[in-house]
Parts: sequence; structure tokens; C-alpha cells
Amino acid sequence: MLEGDLTLRQGQFELRSGLFALPAQGISVLFGKSGCGKSTLLRAIAGLDKATRGTLRFQGERWQDGGWHLPTPQRDIGFVFQDAALFPHLTVRGNLAFAAQRAPAPQRVDALENIAACADRVGVTDLLDQPVTTLSGGQRQRVAMGRALLMQPRLLCLDEPLSALDWQAKAELLALIDRLARETGLPMLFITHAPQEVERLADRVVFMVDGRIARIEPLHQALARPDSPLFAEEGPVSVLHGQLSAADADGLRHFGTAQLTLRLSLPDDANLSASRLRVLARDVSLATAQPQGMSILNQLPATIVAMHARGRERVTVVCQLADGQTLLAEITRYSCSALALQNGQRVFALVKSVALMG
Amino acid sequence: MTPLTPGEWQAIWLTAKLAGLTTVILLILCAPLAWWLARSTSRLANPVAALVSLPLVLPPTVIGFYLLIVLGPQGAVGGTLEALGLHHLAFSFWGILIGSVIYSMPFTVQPLREAFAAIDTRLLDAAATLRAGTLDQFFNVVLPLSRSGILTAVVITFAHTVGEFGVIAMLGGSLPDETRVVSIAIYDYTQALDYGAAHRLSAVLLGFSFLTLLAFYSINRRVMSPLRPR
Repeated sequence: MLEGDLTLRQGQFELRSGLFALPAQGISVLFGKSGCGKSTLLRAIAGLDKATRGTLRFQGERWQDGGWHLPTPQRDIGFVFQDAALFPHLTVRGNLAFAAQRAPAPQRVDALENIAACADRVGVTDLLDQPVTTLSGGQRQRVAMGRALLMQPRLLCLDEPLSALDWQAKAELLALIDRLARETGLPMLFITHAPQEVERLADRVVFMVDGRIARIEPLHQALARPDSPLFAEEGPVSVLHGQLSAADADGLRHFGTAQLTLRLSLPDDANLSASRLRVLARDVSLATAQPQGMSILNQLPATIVAMHARGRERVTVVCQLADGQTLLAEITRYSCSALALQNGQRVFALVKSVALMG
Repeated sequence: MTPLTPGEWQAIWLTAKLAGLTTVILLILCAPLAWWLARSTSRLANPVAALVSLPLVLPPTVIGFYLLIVLGPQGAVGGTLEALGLHHLAFSFWGILIGSVIYSMPFTVQPLREAFAAIDTRLLDAAATLRAGTLDQFFNVVLPLSRSGILTAVVITFAHTVGEFGVIAMLGGSLPDETRVVSIAIYDYTQALDYGAAHRLSAVLLGFSFLTLLAFYSINRRVMSPLRPR
């Protein structure tokens, strides 16, 4: 558990986190507009700003208590900075070694082996002897991740590590971060202002507004609220969790859980270990009876659990699928009254398109 | 041109010893001072910076005069030494060494301060998260990234001390093997109208200064190259 209440004044800006408690497992994503204090909070948690006040405990250990603070080097926090912050006077190997040589004694013994294994894990083995000034943005962040892992952290902080990358590097790194989180079990704090990154990675979301933590909730809860800040860009979104199976006779892959199956037509280069599907509410229609003669592949039985007005003409319908997962549909107010939709009613959700995340 | 006399070699050796020791002492003193000046938000930073820079604007005679007073037999430092049964520091090698350290200090502090100020603080944050304490950060991040500034400080400090005259003339006089450095020897020769000897030593200083700066500019380019994007 990471818990506390931190304040930090920086010029005109003031961080007042309010009392918070975060489970020290999985990926917690700090989400909010730029200038809302995400980075300031992360720096305060890492102890990088001496003006931090308040309280902070990690797994019961005291990190901050009033004006007293445990120095950063003793907190065992791996930190990936927005611009990677690699040491320009060292090679890739030198940067990794800097971390490995300062790891706790048991791991330090195998420093050389660890560097090789870690370089392989983050995909920079071929770059080991290059100066870091020659690397691309994506490569720099991979090295930064490797370096942060090699110091054997108990908590990994990532401060918008993807913001300066092109979409392809971004997608690759998201997959890498997701994989590392699952393989290492290392708790992570990840900052972003991109809803897609939240939907891709988050186990829980820390919403920040004006220098304070507005709320902390699991991703599925954050996506069940019709006014979720995550919906600001593309309207309401659902994330479905499940596994991909092999292609069937028609060349379609099945995604889902024991009680839920979607049939997908995927591009050849799709990541087959992906476990999240992103569905825009505006791509979901509702029918009161299973329609016949339709080209839409996925017609999922669902139960309406709530309906929320969205603006004057539209309604967001919250549906529960067969396996309990939530799917949002955005329909017109006219359709809603024409079909006489009600809470508890059984309907079919027609999913026009989905995006596999990963 | 006639070869250098033993007395002239002695002056050259003395000059090199004075400049070398001054450079070493100043590097050790000024590294933490320049670090503090580069990073501090304290109100003391500006007065301290001004104090350290005074030798840039004061006539060397003023510094030499005050040091002569302080280090001489009646001065605070010299008098105390005398009372302890030791010798005061006016007209001694240790006296002109102290004078050189003070006189050349701005030439060490300034390049170091600029180099330290140019270091991205996020690199220090990164080092801190990798368990590097303050000293570890200083020796393994700050110093390697300040190579160029350190080299500049060493060369300028050494060369400036070699070129020192006024402070030594005031404080040290011209004692062979004690305070008669090359610049003083040249002055003495000129006063004695021995222009041939003055020429010889002047040519040595001119050649030395040019070669030092030439080497500096060549090395500096090479030392810096790994830090430049290709």
C-alpha cells in the first residue's frame, strides 16, 4: 500500500493531494489535464523535491513525515522520466551498469549477467555499445526502463514516458510496459493525459484535478461513469477483457471469456497476446430482438443496467454482458423512447467495430 | 640566442611549481564552491560571487598590499605565526602561493560554475533514483559531464598564475628560489637594462602561453566530441 497526504508548493502551483491510499500492485495510472499536478505528485512520492511536506508510507515504511523525508536513494524507486534522462557521457551499457552497480548487494553480484538479461528483456541488446546520444526516442525510453528495472525497485514511476514518441514506438512501449508489469509483478505508477493509454494499461485510475487527487477507482468503474474524464476526446468507451483464441474456419479469431465471445477479423500483425478490447460507445447499437439478415458479426446478449442523458439528443446506455463485463452504447434519445428501453431489459448489443489494444 | 642560465631555469621551475600548486589547490577549493554558486538560491550567493570575482577588477597591487599587511610579521596571520615560533609569510614561497590562490580564484570558479550550471538537474534526479547519494552524483555524473569546464579551469588558472606579476612583486619581492618567478626575473633584467636576458625569458613565456592555449583548443574539441549529437 502507498498511502499518505502530500503537499508541495512550486511557484504559483500548489499540490494538495488529499488523503490517498493506493494498492502496491498492478498499474495505477495518474490521469488529468496538463498542469493538474501529476508530475509534481510523482516527484513528491519519489522524494525528488525537498519542499515536499505531509505524510507518505510505502508498505508501512515511513517515507515522508512533515518536513522529514527519506532520501530518494533509499526509497528503492525506479523512475522513468519523460525525456528518459539518460547519462549522455555513458554508453547504453554504461547507463545500465550505473543502475546495476548500485543495486542491493545480492543482485549486484550478478550485475553483468543482469545487464545482459535486462537489455534483452527491454530489447536493446544490439545497442549496448552505442552512445546514448545516437538513440531514437523509443530506444531511449527502452534503455531508461531497463535502467530503472536494474536498480531492483520496489515501485516503478513512469512520468509520461510516451509523450514524445511516434505512434508506432508508443504502441511497442505500451506493450512492453504491460508485459513487464505482468512478468515482474512490480507495482507501477504511470502518468498520462491520453485516455487510450489509460485504457490500455490501467488496473486503476488516479484522477487528478487542480493539484489534488479527485478520485481513485478501478478501471472498470472509471469507465462505467457516463461523465468519466476519460471520455472527453472520443465519447464513452468500454474496455472488454479476455483472451484471443486461434482463428476459426472462417479466418476469424474469437476474443472473450467463458461466457462471452466476440468474433474478430484481425490484421496479420496483430498482437495475439493482447487481453483488452476497446469499444467506442458510438460504435454499439441496441436491438430489442436478435436481428436477422445483418452483416454485423457481434450481436451480444446484454441487460440494460442504467441510462444516462448525454447532451440533449443522445443517451448512453450501460449494458451488462453475459460474463458481467460492462459495455456502453450511445444511441439517440429518439431511438431510446421508440424502443421503450428500460433498466433491466434484455437487449442485443450490436458491435460495429472494436480495436484490439496491444 | 644564448642558452638559459641556471638562475633562469630556477625561475622557470619556481613558476611551474607555483602555478601547479595553485591550480591543484584551487580545483579542490573551487569545485564545492562553484557547485554551491551554480545551484544555491541562498541570498549569500551573490555577495560570495562578487567577493570571489574581486581579483578580476582590483589592481594586483591592492591585493598584494593587503596580503602583505595580513601575512607580514605584524599582520593577523603572520603575527600569529611569529607568536607560535614560526616565520611570517611575506617574501616567502608560501606567501605568494596564498596570493596566487586568491588572485587566480575567479579563473577557476567561473568555468566550473558555468559547467555545473549547464548540467540538466533531471540527470541528478535520475542518479538519485538509482541510489546515487550526493557525493556519488558529484563524482560520477557532475564531474564527467563537466570535463570541458574543468579542463578550461585548469588551463586558464595555470596560465593566469604563470602570467602573474603585481601580487608577487608586492608580496614576495624577488628572492631567488623563493619568490623570483619568471615575470619578476624579466622585470629585474629590464630594470638592470639586460635586454638580452629579458628577451630570452619573455620568449619562453610567449611560447609557453601560445602552446598551452593551442593544446587547450585542440584537446577541448576532442574531449567534448562524445557529448555532441552526431
